[in-house]
Amino acid sequence: MVTPLLDVRDLSIGFGSADAVVRDVSFQVMPGETLALVGESGSGKTITCRSVLRILPQTAQIRSGVINYSAGGKTCNLLTESRRTMRSIRGNQISMIFQEPMRSLSPLHRLGDQVGEVLRLHRDMRPGEAKQTVLDTFERVGFPDPTRVWRSYPFEMSGGMRQRAMIAMAMVAKPELLIADEPTTALDVTTQAQVLGLIKELQQETGMAVILVTHDLGVVANMAETVVVMNKGRVMERGPAPAVLGSPAHGYTKKLFAAAPMIPEVAAPARAETSDDLILDLRNVSKTYTMRAGGWRKPVTITACHEVNLSLQRGKTLAVVGESGSGKTTCARIALGAELPDPGGEVLFRPTKDADQVKINAMSQQERVHFQRQAQMVFQDPYSSLSPRMRVQQALTEPMEIHQLGTRAERREKAAEMLRWVGLDASMLSRYPHAFSGGQRQRLSIARALTLDPVLLVCDEPTSALDVSVQEQILCLLEDIRDRVGLSYLFISHDLAVVARIADEVAVMRQGVIVEQAPPDTLFYNPRHPYTCALIAAQPEPDVNRPIDLGLVSQGAGKPSSWPEAFRFEGVAAPALTELEPGHKVRCHV
Amino acid sequence: MMFLRYAIYRFITMLLTLWVVSILIFVIINLPPGDYLSNQIAELRATGQAEGVAKAEFLRTEYALDRPIWEQYLIWVGMAPGPQGWYGLIQGNFGWSFEFDRPVSEVVGDALWLTVLVNLAAVLFVYMVALPLGVIAAAKSETWVDYTAAFVGYLGLATPNFLLALMLFYYGNKYFDLPIGGLMAPEFEGAPMSWEKVRSILVHLIVPTFVIGTSGAAAMMQRLRANMLDELSKPYVETAKAKGLGPSKLLAKYPLRMAFNPFVADIGNLLPAMVSGSVLVSVVLGLQTIGPSLLTALKSQDQFLAGFVLMFVALLTLIGTMISDLLLVLLDPRIRYGARGS
Repeated sequence: MVTPLLDVRDLSIGFGSADAVVRDVSFQVMPGETLALVGESGSGKTITCRSVLRILPQTAQIRSGVINYSAGGKTCNLLTESRRTMRSIRGNQISMIFQEPMRSLSPLHRLGDQVGEVLRLHRDMRPGEAKQTVLDTFERVGFPDPTRVWRSYPFEMSGGMRQRAMIAMAMVAKPELLIADEPTTALDVTTQAQVLGLIKELQQETGMAVILVTHDLGVVANMAETVVVMNKGRVMERGPAPAVLGSPAHGYTKKLFAAAPMIPEVAAPARAETSDDLILDLRNVSKTYTMRAGGWRKPVTITACHEVNLSLQRGKTLAVVGESGSGKTTCARIALGAELPDPGGEVLFRPTKDADQVKINAMSQQERVHFQRQAQMVFQDPYSSLSPRMRVQQALTEPMEIHQLGTRAERREKAAEMLRWVGLDASMLSRYPHAFSGGQRQRLSIARALTLDPVLLVCDEPTSALDVSVQEQILCLLEDIRDRVGLSYLFISHDLAVVARIADEVAVMRQGVIVEQAPPDTLFYNPRHPYTCALIAAQPEPDVNRPIDLGLVSQGAGKPSSWPEAFRFEGVAAPALTELEPGHKVRCHV
Repeated sequence: MMFLRYAIYRFITMLLTLWVVSILIFVIINLPPGDYLSNQIAELRATGQAEGVAKAEFLRTEYALDRPIWEQYLIWVGMAPGPQGWYGLIQGNFGWSFEFDRPVSEVVGDALWLTVLVNLAAVLFVYMVALPLGVIAAAKSETWVDYTAAFVGYLGLATPNFLLALMLFYYGNKYFDLPIGGLMAPEFEGAPMSWEKVRSILVHLIVPTFVIGTSGAAAMMQRLRANMLDELSKPYVETAKAKGLGPSKLLAKYPLRMAFNPFVADIGNLLPAMVSGSVLVSVVLGLQTIGPSLLTALKSQDQFLAGFVLMFVALLTLIGTMISDLLLVLLDPRIRYGARGS
């Protein structure tokens, strides 16, 4: 029998005198194998993987357990080795990639220096030799110009490129084991697909083992041979990936599966009926920002969105999907009147079917106050969008106070009612936000948005800060409320799978322009634009038999100038959005 | 190349700032009613010394104090012809001190350079003390090392400077035979530079440097400690740890480098705080800096002397800020490449 490379047995870790956050965790990693540690936030998966390198927070104590590491015929317990030995193992035999490439690299040191440091520490190499090794690694992880990367600072690169640099740093010493802690969570889906592909390739090349920490079953299906599912510090289920993903035995794993958002398999869609009762109409909206950075630099203009036309029918959900920097949030801000479109653009809002249209981009003070009652927003991060110093009741009644609605008692009654709507209890009114979990806080922000009886709700990534099982509940709640009071949603998201279930119409944005627009069924049945295809292909599916098609992803996710002939453009000189079939618009040269 | 352009740009803005400061200084000095000479004339009249009045009246015209304030200002700066023609600050004429009845340049004279010397020594002291203590306090946070450093620091902040000065003089003289008061032994005053004089100045500098620098060092140490603690919890520190970097190397290379920015940016703030803070100390310690002259000049409305001293302090401050800005650009690539990154 082969000795496992890493053998974790009965590991328990706790903070202070509190209960252990990791309890009796055991698993084994074979040489060359990929093991996925799956769980939601607070499951203890990150603490577990950090304990392997012993880079835990100072207050954490390892209460029991053994972590045996066997390489080159020798076995040692990583938990009891001297600090000096640990330092010689870190980065050399076991290395690690972290979640946030933006913050995990020092902003003040050049990448060549930061990556080369590993070799200076662990290898007896001459500087020239070390530099060559680093440059080779840079090339290996997919940088087109390694010498330029050597001289670059991390902030000069995009998130995906920084994560490549992180991977280069972890790989440069050719470790036996790579620990990747949510390596792609902070990245866009297409970038995620490419980074995962890269890790897999490198693994095949070097034969290293990988521990992949993730919350995403789709990522697991694409990467792992063995799966360990964790919940609340305990191992729930453990086994080969096809078995665990194919027929999950434990209830918790099943629950995770049910909640995982998926792009549905659709048959040819039926034509949705359209009406011309538009609640919101963005016409020809563009936005350019001029950045003035310091007195001795030239101002830079940035196009956030370009000639966007969007219309939202009453009672429906319009989803704007795009990766970071696609201009989707700018569109939402313009729709809410928080930002003015460039001259020539128009935003029209019709509060009820028979009411007059209001021009959002040219409102009087009085119209604005009125509009703010009718259009509300749900924000992305429920942890920072509620004031920690206001009780729930204050937070929920404040909008009504500002608009001078009702008496004190009526406001309180309304707040209690809204809490019941979002599935919370009226007795929670006197609590502070910190007493609530992420999902409950997002319910609170939804309740707050609803207190003014709005007709339009703009949801800016309302679920992207939440765990999958909670995301599912919030989406259900939003659907439920929409149908109950006939709300209309402008739904901003980076995740096609989330949008798939809630939207009536999806607009896919890339670099400030809409590249494809259709009802979700049409879009998923017959995506035409290479970028849409890439987004769909990059979505990891929790099914081991359907790996990500990297070719499709890299074809569509590149710059618009690298797209196939029919779709190609440079800068903002994009081809027109053409209606290829009724209700299905694609930006292409016809 | 870009750095050179920035340096030139920064220098020009410094000159503009200095110009604005000169207006402010002049206006503020002239805010109290009357001036040195009109006060003197009133006093002479009251005591019936008519011949003195004539001389004072002559000086009033000679130094254009009878003209409107904006004209006085332009003449002082040297942007308009005065009674002696184009001859103001720009042309190198610092004005006349009525109090001492000598040109300002003679009154301040050596004191200028001694001021610069004392304050430079104090700034160096601040950095040399604050840097290691702040780093150690952060690295060993919430241990006895940290607490001791904090205790000594707060003691330094809380002790009045003049008290500290008297204590140091007493004990320094008693145990280490340090000189009391002054910036050099009396026999070297006015004497040409020599090794003995330099040595005498250095020995005399010890106590003033300590006194002026202590509170600054204590404050800076606490700031550095706080910055370091912030940086220590950043993910890139963890990355460095996961590479296998040893603790002291790690500390020096990553978090310290990041915490250094506010440290450098403080140079600009430190200089004026020291110069103005050292006025009283200079009086108490009998240092021949410009501090005491500033105090007398302000009390007696000796406007050209006061104006010049204030301008000098402002210049020091602006040079300090400029140096720290330029250093920051050199130290932090994010500032240097800000435009390229976006």
